[in-house]
Amino acid sequence: MSLKIKSSIVRKYLMALSGLFLVIFLLQHFTINLTSVFSKEMFNFLSHFMGNNPLVQFVLQPVLIFGVVFHFIMGFILEFKNRSSRNQKYYNFKGKANSSWISRNMILSGIVILSFLGLHFYDFWIPEMQYKYIEFLPENPDRYFDELVHKFESLPRVIIYNISFIFLSLHLLHGFSSSFQTIGFNNKYTISLKFFTISFSIIIPLGFILIALFHYLN
Amino acid sequence: MNLKLKIWRQPNKDSKGGMVNYSIEDVSPDMSFLEMMDMLNEQLIKSGDDPVAFDHDCREGICGMCSMFINGEAHGPDKLITTCQLHMRKFKDGDTIAIEPFRANSFPVIKDLAVDRSSFDRIQQAGGFISINTSGNTQDANAIPIDKHNADTAFDAATCIGCGACVATCKNASAMLFVSAKVSQYALLPQGKVEATDRVLNMVNQMDEEGFGNCTNTGACEVECPKGISLENIARLNREYIWATAKG
Repeated sequence: MSLKIKSSIVRKYLMALSGLFLVIFLLQHFTINLTSVFSKEMFNFLSHFMGNNPLVQFVLQPVLIFGVVFHFIMGFILEFKNRSSRNQKYYNFKGKANSSWISRNMILSGIVILSFLGLHFYDFWIPEMQYKYIEFLPENPDRYFDELVHKFESLPRVIIYNISFIFLSLHLLHGFSSSFQTIGFNNKYTISLKFFTISFSIIIPLGFILIALFHYLN
Repeated sequence: MNLKLKIWRQPNKDSKGGMVNYSIEDVSPDMSFLEMMDMLNEQLIKSGDDPVAFDHDCREGICGMCSMFINGEAHGPDKLITTCQLHMRKFKDGDTIAIEPFRANSFPVIKDLAVDRSSFDRIQQAGGFISINTSGNTQDANAIPIDKHNADTAFDAATCIGCGACVATCKNASAMLFVSAKVSQYALLPQGKVEATDRVLNMVNQMDEEGFGNCTNTGACEVECPKGISLENIARLNREYIWATAKG
């Protein structure tokens, strides 16, 4: 397989698998964030566990970061290759006649999400790394909820987050079901799977939006 | 009908082309699009101009030669047809019609609207065949039982005429629908299984060497394909390729 990394299909496969991995992470992230709406104690407990468990910190977190970086780099590689496959553009190209806007503009929604991740890392991940591994501050298991609420006191931040979640939804609307097609899953279950992926792509980002609004309004 | 035409003119593959405006009058709505192009060419020849070069052969939707990109769509504003099956009744009096060649680096323009699609031939030559001798000693069709669904699916894939509309309409200029149809038509039948591993590896490798883009599952190819080749074939190609790669 490693010898075939230049193959268009292998690259697409890896792109799809990394995307599916990120979808699973997204669901886990959403589940923990959702607890912040219902129980401060539960959110603190889960955040403390995720932030201090050695398996999560030193195995799963590097894997996740690798998955994110790989997905974006491969996305740009594929986009560059695709754009270079047609040097002379059409005078008139009616893409909307046969495909959805979002399916043709995954790179755009991807860039918005990448920019959002930069802000998200700046807001939460970098301070967390500073807290634990640079300043070596004493661990306080009850700090996570307050840090979350503090971030969502800012209206501009809430707006930026929510716009990003809309783009995340658009990205998932095409990407989630598309990844199954890429790994070769297209059969009698495809319609049901499509319904599931569309529901997921709307419900999860909408949930993130509502969580951000909940903390801003409270 | 009186129409305004904007047609891509390019003297040869090395020269720079551009859209040129023409007017054409008294076009019958019952004409095919290619007959309208013939009419334009007669007009151009009478006025001493160079006629527009365009590909055509059977003019009944079988050969896959006609290859125009009309008003932003491969084979024009209708579905499940080739350009030769497009009729002028699809347009209105006074319309402006933009006509371009199929565009992809792997389909270089030869002249005007005629493009070189020999990259498809090379992909086909890389593995789109079976080595079983079928001449003179053909077995009875019922000697090898074949699942009806597989037989139908293989037949549907085999209806691909290799016109290149999938490449032309794909924003990435991907040839995956074509290659997947050619792989599928053999992959589902016992005669094709003998060389299945080499076939899919060689055809995909050739496709990549020709410089086609990657499939991003927009589905545009399926919509514009004159034969309605399904995206299921691309999923099958992906499965076949990864399985063949794993086997080595």
